Amino acid sequence: MKSKFHPDKNGYFGQFGGAFIPELLYPNVKELEDNYIQIIESKEFQIEYKSLLKDYVGRPTPLYLAKRLSEKYGATIYLKREDLNHTGAHKVNNTVGQILIAKKLGKTKIIAETGAGQHGVATATVCALMGLDCTVFMGEKDIVRQAPNVARMKMLGAKVVPATSGSKTLKDATNEAIRYWIQNPETFYLIGSVVGPHPHPDMVARLQAIISEEMKWQLKEKTGKENPDTIIACVGGGSNAAGAFYHYMDDDEVELVAVEAAGLGVNSGESAATSQLGEVGIIHGSKTILMQDEYGQIVEPYSISAGLDYPGVGPLHAYLYESKRATFLNATDQEALNAGYELSKLEGIIPALETAHALAVLPKMDLKKDQVVVINLSGRGDKDLETFIKYLEE
Amino acid sequence: MNSIKQLFQQKDKNLLSIYFTCGYPELDDTAQVISQLEKSGVDFIEVGLPYSDPLADGPTIQDSSQKALENGINLDIVFDQLMEIKETNKKPLVLMGYLNQMLKYGEDKFCQKVVDCEIDTLIIPDLPMVEFENHYQALFDKYGITNVFLITPHTSEDRIRKIDSYTKAFIYVVASASITGAKGEISNQQIAYFKRIKAMNLQSKLIIGFGISDKETFNTACAYANGAIIGSAFIKNLGKNGVDKINKFINPILS
Repeated sequence: MKSKFHPDKNGYFGQFGGAFIPELLYPNVKELEDNYIQIIESKEFQIEYKSLLKDYVGRPTPLYLAKRLSEKYGATIYLKREDLNHTGAHKVNNTVGQILIAKKLGKTKIIAETGAGQHGVATATVCALMGLDCTVFMGEKDIVRQAPNVARMKMLGAKVVPATSGSKTLKDATNEAIRYWIQNPETFYLIGSVVGPHPHPDMVARLQAIISEEMKWQLKEKTGKENPDTIIACVGGGSNAAGAFYHYMDDDEVELVAVEAAGLGVNSGESAATSQLGEVGIIHGSKTILMQDEYGQIVEPYSISAGLDYPGVGPLHAYLYESKRATFLNATDQEALNAGYELSKLEGIIPALETAHALAVLPKMDLKKDQVVVINLSGRGDKDLETFIKYLEE
Repeated sequence: MNSIKQLFQQKDKNLLSIYFTCGYPELDDTAQVISQLEKSGVDFIEVGLPYSDPLADGPTIQDSSQKALENGINLDIVFDQLMEIKETNKKPLVLMGYLNQMLKYGEDKFCQKVVDCEIDTLIIPDLPMVEFENHYQALFDKYGITNVFLITPHTSEDRIRKIDSYTKAFIYVVASASITGAKGEISNQQIAYFKRIKAMNLQSKLIIGFGISDKETFNTACAYANGAIIGSAFIKNLGKNGVDKINKFINPILS
């Protein structure tokens, strides 16, 4: 089915997307562009991908009716439990798919960027599984604040390279990954979000689409209807939101809510709420909404959550924002921390700090008792315990 | 006619081009760097517009860009600096920057400023051919500006022929599939690639860049192309020895 939210032949979602890459990367990107759809749609890929998702990742992930949370907010709230995936977040849906694509293309060396470390861990995991060489670029600042994930990557046999330029976070890790890719064109860049040059945003969205594919039949079973009223997901680059929205984008009756990280406040100067602060620009090979100054220099974002600390947003999300198909809200560090504690105490689930941003908009929404809301619980909070504990002490 | 093409009519062998980052090492060094380069016998000059996230540049140029931005450089200051020297400077200038800088500044405003500074050649490494064909070719034509395409060892022959047909200044031959940074030597593999490109008998002049750092690498490159660009090695020297010693870097290369 062709959707108006799928990219055109040049990789554009409306005015956003494209592939703004140096000539040095053209052959790599072209090779992927020429092959990715054919590979993903092949029977061989689908059998292997679905089998790994089932037996290795542990899918389908449950769709859980959060009764106490529902009671508190006066709605019918389901949690899509991506935190129960192997490695603890939705990121592995994408890495399992991309590693199969990489193998099909005959690649043996894998590189990746990571913010919170979840994508790095998910990449290191599938590389171990397939016996492939893995290098992960991670901002120096993130290496400190997500130490448990750094240890996991190393244990899984990956090399972790600190990105020391710029803000030393996800943006800079991505820069370093792309630079390494330019120098080593034989490597496969296993990108972690719906960002980067076409076809990466579309490829990652297709691989994360399993989230909404499952939501459809799970909701049908539980509520009698495939469609919820509202889907809420946090957005840094936007991969978990892309997956949760994917099969609902053309159903206008389903409200899509994307939640960005407001840091210390949208207008505090310390924020990562790209849609509110950004303008059209180019980052990591994609035309999108970008936080930048009047001369097009990229502004360093801020969020307590390493996974949302990104000055851009995937081109699909820029289009969902511009076309008003999705509603963009945001949550501050403080609101996210509160929401993280609340879910822990009400439902016995410690969410990732990224995910806590999605939960944090519940008090701001005008919810109705019979309104079916699905929150994409993108990851678990083990990696963030230190930050959570520090906050509790304060 | 394009200023670089005009230059080729007077000289089409052993052309030396130097890249420098505007606003580095000091904010107001631009005029002096250009005049020193001119005096040292450089044939044309690549003026780098510092960018926060220069994806196609190696650590040396990244650091110089970062320093220049900390010095307070911005596009308006760059254009002011270039306006001031346009009467005195006799060497063709090529502006090198990233597409987002032009996009945010305003494409027409940017092009008009470039023209006002009597510059007609741009290098925008993240401007891909398809975007050039769909939009930028018409924009640049309107202002009499041309942009330089890069080719690499992995660029297909068909694509090189297409680039050749679009080229009005020169083709930038990337010496290796790497980001900029002085490598020290040119390998046999690279020479085979230079020979392959030379044998294609393109209508465009060829300038080799990336990894050219000294007299030896410059001479090797010039054996297979019309000239070569030195960037990172020059920036390193500039950072270490300052603007006054520019001729001490250039002289041995041209001797």
